[in-house]
Amino acid sequence: MFWVDTKRIIRSGFFNFSRNAFVSLSSVLVMIITLSVICSLIFLSALLNASLDKIKNKVDINVYFVSSAPEESVISLQKTLEGLPEVSLVTYVSREQALEDFKARHQNDQFTLQALNELNDNPLGAVLNIKAKDPSQYEGISQYLENKPILSKDGASIVDKVNYNQNRTAIEQLTGIIKSASKLGSIITFVLVIVSILITLNTIRLAIYISREEISVMRLVGASNFYVRGPFVVVGMIYGAVSGVLTLLLFYPITYWLGGASQSFFIGFNMFAYYTHNFGQIFLIVMGSGMLIGAISSYLAVRKYLKV
Amino acid sequence: MIYFDKVSKIYPDESIALQDITFSVEPKEFVSIVGHSGAGKTTLLKLILAEERPTDGKVFFESVDIQSLRSREIPIYRRKIGVVFQDFRLLPNKNVYENIAFSMEAAGRSDEEIESDVPHVLELVDLTKKIWNFPHELSGGEKQRVAIARAIVNQPDIVIADEPTGNLDPVNTFDIVQILKKINDLGTTVILTTHNKGVIDSLSRRVISMENGRIVRDDKEGRYTI
Repeated sequence: MFWVDTKRIIRSGFFNFSRNAFVSLSSVLVMIITLSVICSLIFLSALLNASLDKIKNKVDINVYFVSSAPEESVISLQKTLEGLPEVSLVTYVSREQALEDFKARHQNDQFTLQALNELNDNPLGAVLNIKAKDPSQYEGISQYLENKPILSKDGASIVDKVNYNQNRTAIEQLTGIIKSASKLGSIITFVLVIVSILITLNTIRLAIYISREEISVMRLVGASNFYVRGPFVVVGMIYGAVSGVLTLLLFYPITYWLGGASQSFFIGFNMFAYYTHNFGQIFLIVMGSGMLIGAISSYLAVRKYLKV
Repeated sequence: MIYFDKVSKIYPDESIALQDITFSVEPKEFVSIVGHSGAGKTTLLKLILAEERPTDGKVFFESVDIQSLRSREIPIYRRKIGVVFQDFRLLPNKNVYENIAFSMEAAGRSDEEIESDVPHVLELVDLTKKIWNFPHELSGGEKQRVAIARAIVNQPDIVIADEPTGNLDPVNTFDIVQILKKINDLGTTVILTTHNKGVIDSLSRRVISMENGRIVRDDKEGRYTI
């Protein structure tokens, strides 16, 4: 009995969708807007998160050692730092490596290279590059380094300088800007999502308002609430599914077109690549929310006319 | 089979639709209810259909007090009644076949039953040719015949027709009345409201006359007297 009813309800839903082509078309168009807003929300948050991650990765602490610092003291400091719970990675750049890097960086600058060659010794010290697990922990690491003077055997400090303090303000400001941008963006899109859901709800309500007479007739010839409401809910879900597919298709060229621009503007975040890479997830979110919004709107809209 | 016990219906705006109505309808009877617009005929039918509740008094169907039905039981109760309206009220997005099949589906009948009964009942109202047409492609008389087919397809105990000829020309009116008579002859109770004198006079069955929410006459083989 239940299965026969369900089969009939689904079939009837598909008939109603195709026979009310114009109403279906307008509902689908309105719903595409809603789903596009939801889709944009996904991209916006991915974009901001990617930028935030990129900037977080740019933050690090460099400990410059004096050129006379013995290698084993540096290595032992590296070991100690790696043992700290806040630290995720410590890279050791030896004096020779630092020189190579310097030469590579200034390969077009003959004057500097000449000056370097006139020195008999390597003037550069070793460097430890420290990355924390979270940007907020740099403060602590930097304090740790300041409070624990690393001395060589003859009592002089082997640390030349720690560069955290110089970059700190810029880093903190940038992080702050991105965080508030992402907060503002979320609030705006959230409001847009709510507004467009309400518009969809209203469109579906209007579509069902047209059928109010029909609903009362169905009730009067003895159809149960479940049986009257079913086809409308199915139609709502079809609206959601059709709009979902169209929205996903629409975003293919849009992200393709914006992909290059977003990549150069937002340090390496390619929208198109993100779209294709996370397609499964985006598909589920868009289709799921579309069908859910359609079904719930229809369910609520029909309820009003079931009182007969 | 239907019994009204001192029923009154007062709408929220204080207008009195029915006042102290008591009457009963026997099985296989053909009862016409006549009266001017606003006399309370439609309200009376709405009470039978459980579409409205009486303000006072009780309406019984067989021995069941209609008011006491839970909202889940109302659809099941309504399947015992076939309804025909003045404005036909067919489902506009369904063709003739589907309109009739709908009330069978709603009643939970099997696909086989639907496939065999729908053509059969369309034969009864002489509309076999229009089985795949949509309501907007039919004339008024044809629409009303579809509505009657829909009303009787579940073999209800009673058919209620609320001014079924109100929107029809004399020829179609005659046809519809003949069909209702045929249904009654086959053993179904029929309650008909109308203000068409010709219909009543040609039927010569029981007539209940109403005025301002009260029953003023109840004649066994009545004529239209208002």
